[in-house]
Order: sequence, then structure tokens, then C-alpha cells
Amino acid sequence: MDQTGLRFYKSSFLLPGLLVLLAIILFPLVFTIRVSLSGWDAISPGLNWAGVRNYVIVFGDRRFWEAMLRLSGMAIGTVLVQYVLGFALALLVWREVLFRRFFRVLFLIPMMTTPVVMSVIWRTIFHESLGPANDFLGLFGLGPYPWLTSANWAVAAVMLVEIWQWTPFMFLLLLAGLLSLPREPFLAAAIDGAGPIRTFLNVTFPMLAPVSIGALIIRLIEASKIMETVYVLTSGGPGTATETAGYYIYIRGLRDFEIGYAAALSITYLVVMIVLMTVIAKLLVRVLVGRSA
Amino acid sequence: MTRHQLLTASLCTLAISIAQGAGAADIDYGTFGDYAKYGTAADVAGACSYAAMDEKDYSGRTLKVISHAVPVIGEPTDLHARQFEALTGAKVDVVHVPFGDLYQRIMIPFQTQQAAYDVLFYPSLWIGDFHNFLAPVPAAYKEVSGLKDVTANYKDVATWGEEMVQYPVDGDRHYMKYRSDIFDNADMQTKFKTETGKDLRVPQTWEEYNAVATFFSGWDWAGDGQPHFGSAEVTKRDDLMFSAFISRVAAYAKNPNVKGGFFFDLETMEPQVNNPGWVKGLEMFIDAQKAFPPGGGNFGLGDEIFSFGGGQTLMSYSWDDAFIQAQEADSPIRNKVAAAPLPGANTVWNRTTKSWDTFETPNAPPYITWGWTSAVAKASKNQDMAFDYLCFFSNEANTTLDLQIGRFGVNPYRSTHFDPAFWQDKLGWERNVAETYVQTLSGMDDSTNRVFDLRVPGVNQFMSSLANGVAEAMAGQKSPQEALDGVAAQWTEIRDKIGADRVREAYANVVALEDRGR
Repeated sequence: MDQTGLRFYKSSFLLPGLLVLLAIILFPLVFTIRVSLSGWDAISPGLNWAGVRNYVIVFGDRRFWEAMLRLSGMAIGTVLVQYVLGFALALLVWREVLFRRFFRVLFLIPMMTTPVVMSVIWRTIFHESLGPANDFLGLFGLGPYPWLTSANWAVAAVMLVEIWQWTPFMFLLLLAGLLSLPREPFLAAAIDGAGPIRTFLNVTFPMLAPVSIGALIIRLIEASKIMETVYVLTSGGPGTATETAGYYIYIRGLRDFEIGYAAALSITYLVVMIVLMTVIAKLLVRVLVGRSA
Repeated sequence: MTRHQLLTASLCTLAISIAQGAGAADIDYGTFGDYAKYGTAADVAGACSYAAMDEKDYSGRTLKVISHAVPVIGEPTDLHARQFEALTGAKVDVVHVPFGDLYQRIMIPFQTQQAAYDVLFYPSLWIGDFHNFLAPVPAAYKEVSGLKDVTANYKDVATWGEEMVQYPVDGDRHYMKYRSDIFDNADMQTKFKTETGKDLRVPQTWEEYNAVATFFSGWDWAGDGQPHFGSAEVTKRDDLMFSAFISRVAAYAKNPNVKGGFFFDLETMEPQVNNPGWVKGLEMFIDAQKAFPPGGGNFGLGDEIFSFGGGQTLMSYSWDDAFIQAQEADSPIRNKVAAAPLPGANTVWNRTTKSWDTFETPNAPPYITWGWTSAVAKASKNQDMAFDYLCFFSNEANTTLDLQIGRFGVNPYRSTHFDPAFWQDKLGWERNVAETYVQTLSGMDDSTNRVFDLRVPGVNQFMSSLANGVAEAMAGQKSPQEALDGVAAQWTEIRDKIGADRVREAYANVVALEDRGR
């Protein structure tokens, strides 16, 4: 078999997988772009041609951009807290501690629960007159707090649920990273007389930087899709205090049935996210790994 | 004995009793689940009865039904589907969809001309978007006893122009409910008089409502050691809050002397949503917040039901559910509640004269807000079976039992449902409770100044925009005027996008209902 034949032979093995990949990834994306160029809504069914009209409206849609800004703040805030907590928990069970296996499983439980169901449970917990959160804080003479009816508290409540649910994911990735680290640098640091803090700052943290960057980016991508928690806890309120871009797109698309416009919002959101995530990833690499990376 | 055998035996018994001319058989749901405690109801002879359905043979045919999630309307859809299968031999596939997805699950097949469902259960206010896709109710079904007994309000709700395109299976409206034991309590009356200088009475205006609610907030007027509050209202932005707001606004902005539109001026199609009457309604909604229980600013319908129904608040207003919850057998406030029309207003905005009109008797337009309805898709190839199913769903026996099962969400919509004796005998309500309930509900049919939902194309866009503006004002992000100006600007955009003439044509149907004297 000559080289051309061999190439064709090899490619033909890849082709089915490639086609499936295109069908799964490319078709929905292309279709969404096409829908975004239509005026499909409750009145005008189907894919008529509206040009870039939807995109022009998107750029003037203040509510969407405010939701994007709010989302950015919430995503960055929750992911940073998740990172710190996840790292701390991973360090805790990385070492030889009593009931280490039990704690490893325990810390993962929140991540394994269903977001909508947990949001309903958290909504009950935050219920301002009947929920246990205020009852518990009341034991210490604190509260009652307007968890879901004051703008700042509602934002805090949504973030708290997100942190609770997704810290285990950060914990899992960082623990896997810690377990894969070589022992030699730690032995060298110990021989040099480095204490635990110095070892952490000069050995553990730098060596874990690539894993940290991966974990932070994955979580940022996920956190930027906050939806179920907002839907169940606050419906975006009070006012628009907790309205995120994902929730706003849901309202415009599925509630208001402005399918074309919602598609344009989704594509805009996607482009903004790709740009932001690229910038954030570069910054993280520069900060955590250094210029040489 | 299997369920099928039991059903077959029941049907045989039924057939024998009919054959013997032994009069109407008693129907119960016991065979299909834990419904035995609701007793039995007579199978009223007629085209929709159990006996009539038993004569039909739809073997080998499948009926596709889309309905809400269980239990509200979803559970009776399922129950009656299984009964219909047993009686006719048809196969009935029921798809249950959460509320947030229901619209698009119905609309997309309509738009793509697929007969995905034969029968649809949905909120009646979507008629403006759906009417072109619905099969008119055939004349024969309009003549059945159950449909003839539907009150004028709910025939109106089911009608588009002159054509009935929705099949009434439920009746809904907003009204006030209150703790009669507190209003009738001499000590409470004295305390209220001493501290406010006014007599304690069931609020006639929204100003009175807010004042009474505020007075009864934050202290233990129920004597159970817990603080109680004045008012539970639906305030969560995307959880039907717009209906609560319209209930409050109607009194200030639906002027009986001004015809031609409450939401829009039908002539110019200018949104009225930011006129002084609407702004006043929003100001009163904001003012009421001080009488809400903790968390009351984020109450969805479920919270409102359990807050009032659980005895936390003195008053509430919305659909029947909170009242029914309060009257459940295990409720701590059973038979301590009463119903009343929505409060009104002594001053009402006149958009023609641009001034406030004064009314000695408060203006209190009933708000016939959306309830569950049903319809048959025009594209359905099973329209005969579909209408039979709906007619069976709402036959007298089924409706009598469905009304008693609170979670079903089926509420009075026929003249025979407005008999206090029904509620006293079947559910053990006390006379005063049953009478205020029945009088309040039936009284709305007599009104000549009603408010209906904005049943026009794109209703969800209009209501979503309204809810957002109201929520912004409630949260203090904008002033009431500023928030409603924003809503009006959005309504203008939506109107122009849909086409002012198209919206006008649809809105004329709403105005015709609202302005039609009874």
C-alpha cells in the first residue's frame, strides 16, 4: 500500500468519529447562529431572514449587559472561594489524617447532588420565617436576615449555594493534583529546613499551578452558567439583583418565546465568554506559572 | 383481583345498573388510586357521562395529551385519561411538562405544523397566541349539560371573537380571603378601634387593606405564641407576580366610565401601563411590603398558599388555592376564614379626562385572571376522540369529585358549583365560609366592569416586561413612575414588533369582554 492509500486507510478509521463530533458540536452551533439571524418568535414562526437586527438590539440591551457584569462578579467570587476552600480541604485529606477516606467521600457529596433539588432545599433553609438558617443564627443572637428579599443578601445566598455545591469539584481536582506530585521536592525542602508554610508557598503551590489553572478555568466556565440556583432561589430578584445572563436568556427564549433573539444573546454570550476565558487563562498562567511559561 | 379486573367489574356493574334503569350510577375514583376518601358522585346521564363513554369504541387509536406537571391539572389529566382508556379502549399518552416549559412545548409543534398533541391543557391567557391553531368546539358539545352550565365569565374566557376554541375545565379569578375569626373577634375590634380610631371591617379599599394588614403585622394576634402578619401576596418576579399586581391596579385604573381598554387605549394602542392609576397601584403594592411576613417579598404562589393557608397571615388575595388550603381537613384555620371580592378604590384614574374620578362606593373590578383551560389542536386527526375525552374529563361526576381534591387545581366554573350546600355537604365547610366563598365567586359574573388578561399575541413578552418593571420598583431599584415608564417603552417596542394592528385586533376581543355589560 502506497502512502496515499495508507493515509486514506487511516483517515477512514477517523471519519466516523469526526462526523459524530461535527454533528454534536458543529451542527447545533451553526444552527444557533442561523436562528440568531432570524426573527423567530411567537408571532413569526420559522427561520425567516432578519440579518443582524437581533445583534444590534443585543448591543443596546442594558439588562443583558448588566446581567453579564453581575454574572462575572458572582462567577469570579464563587470560584475564588471554591479554590481556597477546595485547596484547604485537599491539603487536609492529602496528609495522613484519621478517617481520611470518610472525609474524602464526605467532601464530594454536595457535588453529586442534583442542582435543582438542592436549590429547593436551600430555598427552604433560607426561608426567612420558617427556614432553619435564621433559627440557627438566632441561637447566637444573630439575625433574622433577609436572605432572599434584600439585594445583597440574595446575591450572597446564591453564591453560598454555588460554593457549597461546587467546592468539592475543586477539591477533587486539587487532591488529584496533590497525589500526583513527586515526593523528592518535599524531601529536599524538609532537608533544607523549610517549615510547612514555606513548603506550601515554595513547593506545593508552584508545583500545583498547572492543575490550579485548569481547575479555575473549568470552574469559571461552569460558574458562568449559573442558572438553576437563580431560577429556584430568587427568579433573578429582588428586582434584577441576582439575574444572570443565563437566566435572562432563559426568560427571553423559553418564557417570552423570542427564540431568534435568545439565540443572538447566546452567541454573544459565547463570544464574550471565549474572549474573557482566553484572557483569564493567559493571566493565570502569567501569574501562577510565570512569564516563561 | 387486578386493577383491570376491578375496573371491568365496576363497569359491568355500571352497565347492569343502566340496563336495569336503576338510575344514575355512583362514580368513585377508588380504583385508580388513593381517592376513596372523596366519596362518590352520581353519573349524570348525557353525552359525556361514563355510561355514554362506555358505548364508544376507540380501540386501536391513540390520543396524545400535553398537560402540566402533577398534581395541579396534571393529576386529573392522568386520572381521567386512564378512566377514558378503560371505558373506550383508546390509548391515551399524557405528557406532563413543568410550567416554565409548557408554552414552548405547545407552540413549537404548532409553528412547525406537527400534530404532536391532540389535546392541550394550558393557561387560558395564551389564547391570543394559540387561537389560530385550535379546533373550535363543535356545536354538539356546546349543547351538553356540563358545558351549558358553565358561567358566562368562563364561556367568555374560552371564546375568541365569536368562536369557542377552548374547552372550559376550570374557573379562576382573584379574590380576597381573610381570617374571619379575627375580624369577628370583639377584643381585636376594640384593640383596632382604640389604636387607630377606626372600626375593624373587611377592607373595602386597598388603602384599608394595607392599613389593616400593617396593624396586624409582627405580633401574636392568633394566640399561638408566634408572630403573625398582615398580608401574603405573590411577589416573586417570574412566579405569577404580574397577576397580583394587576389585581391591585384594576381598582385604580379600570374606570367603569371609560370604555376601550385597560392595558392599551384601543383607539391609539398607546400602553396605559404607566398612567397615574397604574402608578398608584404600584405605590400601594410597595407600601404593602411592610405587612408581609419575613421573606414575603420573594413569595411565589406556593408560598402565598402556605402562608395564608397555614395561618401565618390575616389576609391574602389570589386564586382559590390558599382558601382551599385553609379549608383542608387538617388545617389549623379550617372554618376560620372567609372570602370577599378584591378591595377597590374611591378614586379612579380617567384616561379620557386625564383626571381622577371619585366613587362613593369603591370601584372594585373583578379580575378574571387566567386559569387552566383545554383545547383540541386543529391539526389533530383525532378530534372526535379528543373532544370526547375533554367532555368526559369535565362531566358532572368527574367535576364534582375534582372540585373536592384541592391539589387538582380545578375550581368552580359552573352555576351548579355556586351552591353553598355543595361545599357544606361534601367538604364539611361551615355555612358562613361556604356562603362567602360562593357569593364572592358568583358575584363576579354579575359585574359590568371586569378585567381580563391581556389575551393578545406575545402576551408572555408583555407580562414578563411588566413583572420585571414592578420587581425593580418593589426592590427600590427604580421609582414606581420610572419603572412603569420603562415598561411602557418596552410595551411600545413589543407592540411595534408584533404590529400595532395585529395587537389591536386581538385586544379588541379583550375589550369586548371587559366592556360587555351583564
